[in-house]
Amino acid sequence: MEKVYDVLILGGGPAGYTAALYASRAGLDTILLEKMSAGGQMTLTGDIDNYPGFDEGVDGFTLGMKMQAGAERFGAKTEYAEVIGVDFSKQNKRVVTTNGEYLSKTVIIATGANPRELGIDGEAELTGNGVHYCAHCDGRFYKDKTVAVVGGGNSAVADALYLSRLVKKVYLIHRRDTLRATKIYHEPLMKCDNVEFVWDSVVKEFITDGKLKGVKVQNLKTQDLSEILCEGVFISIGRKPVTEFLKDEIELDSNRYIVADETTKTNIAGVFAAGDIRTKALRQVVTAASDGAQAAHYAEEYLSKL
Amino acid sequence: MSVLQLTKENFGEAKNSEKTVLLDFYADWCGPCRMVSPLVDEIANENPQYLVCKINVDAEPELAGAFEVMSIPTLVVMKNGQIVNKSTGARPKTQILAMLED
Repeated sequence: MEKVYDVLILGGGPAGYTAALYASRAGLDTILLEKMSAGGQMTLTGDIDNYPGFDEGVDGFTLGMKMQAGAERFGAKTEYAEVIGVDFSKQNKRVVTTNGEYLSKTVIIATGANPRELGIDGEAELTGNGVHYCAHCDGRFYKDKTVAVVGGGNSAVADALYLSRLVKKVYLIHRRDTLRATKIYHEPLMKCDNVEFVWDSVVKEFITDGKLKGVKVQNLKTQDLSEILCEGVFISIGRKPVTEFLKDEIELDSNRYIVADETTKTNIAGVFAAGDIRTKALRQVVTAASDGAQAAHYAEEYLSKL
Repeated sequence: MSVLQLTKENFGEAKNSEKTVLLDFYADWCGPCRMVSPLVDEIANENPQYLVCKINVDAEPELAGAFEVMSIPTLVVMKNGQIVNKSTGARPKTQILAMLED
């Protein structure tokens, strides 16, 4: 007979490993599937200053490893596999992966999100060589050069601040005329004399001659086109949820996030959505961890009624 | 086989190797690099037919420059001293193996 788990968790970020901690600590037979290594999007940032309990900050990779170790302490298992598809039509849910198939009574989806692309010509070809999505990883290759950051949220502004300390000049290109980022970022950014704001503007084209030379931007108010010369572009315009593998098995919103409230319950009984993958207002490490606990709680409740 | 830590001094061992070579360009402070690093170790241990090497871009800027590394992690597959495959960003072990088998 095929093994049937109590709780199967997809994704090893903060939501996934918190769910794994709570589920295994509650004595449930728990397995977590991760395609690469613990941490998820946390590993793309440098220090995380807003996860409580770390008064000196903590780097995302270390926090991910600690969360994994914390869950494994109570018996949660991790297997490394990428999910290809799911079948939630029966009481025992089936998950198909690169490493075979798994059956479980409940599934907690915590696959998170990836950086959103601009979606313009040449982006894929230039990625890793002119176009970047991780300022913390790749910023140092642009020491004393000129770069552009696209976006106006917390991540974009944190990237611009980080880069301003390394590079000669940073252009911050944002589609509105004010930043969406929280206030704590504004003052340090305004104080940087090597950051220039390009308001009300979107990137229309990459200018290349094999290598990136700059970007063509359009002002949305005047429609004027202009060129910004820079050797690197760091894109930070939000995320896109990892939900392709779900196909039509579960209810998604128009942006492809899984529809679920604070209980993390989806439209399918026994299937839960935790962390960035879920429709929610605030996507943070701490809210992802919170979702993980909620999901494990409601999974346990569901199991007790089977 | 264990992983060979490459410097510009011993780079010839990779360049002149008769085996297919995997190069992992990384830095200690880079989260996605730290995700990939244990996968590269596993590939080295499980596949003696490949020569698996790591290059610290902070310690070896000339090598990183020679391979036009502008993003880390960067994985490069080399045969007979020639680059046959290159990718940037963290990726699952199955994808790294597929790069080597291409």
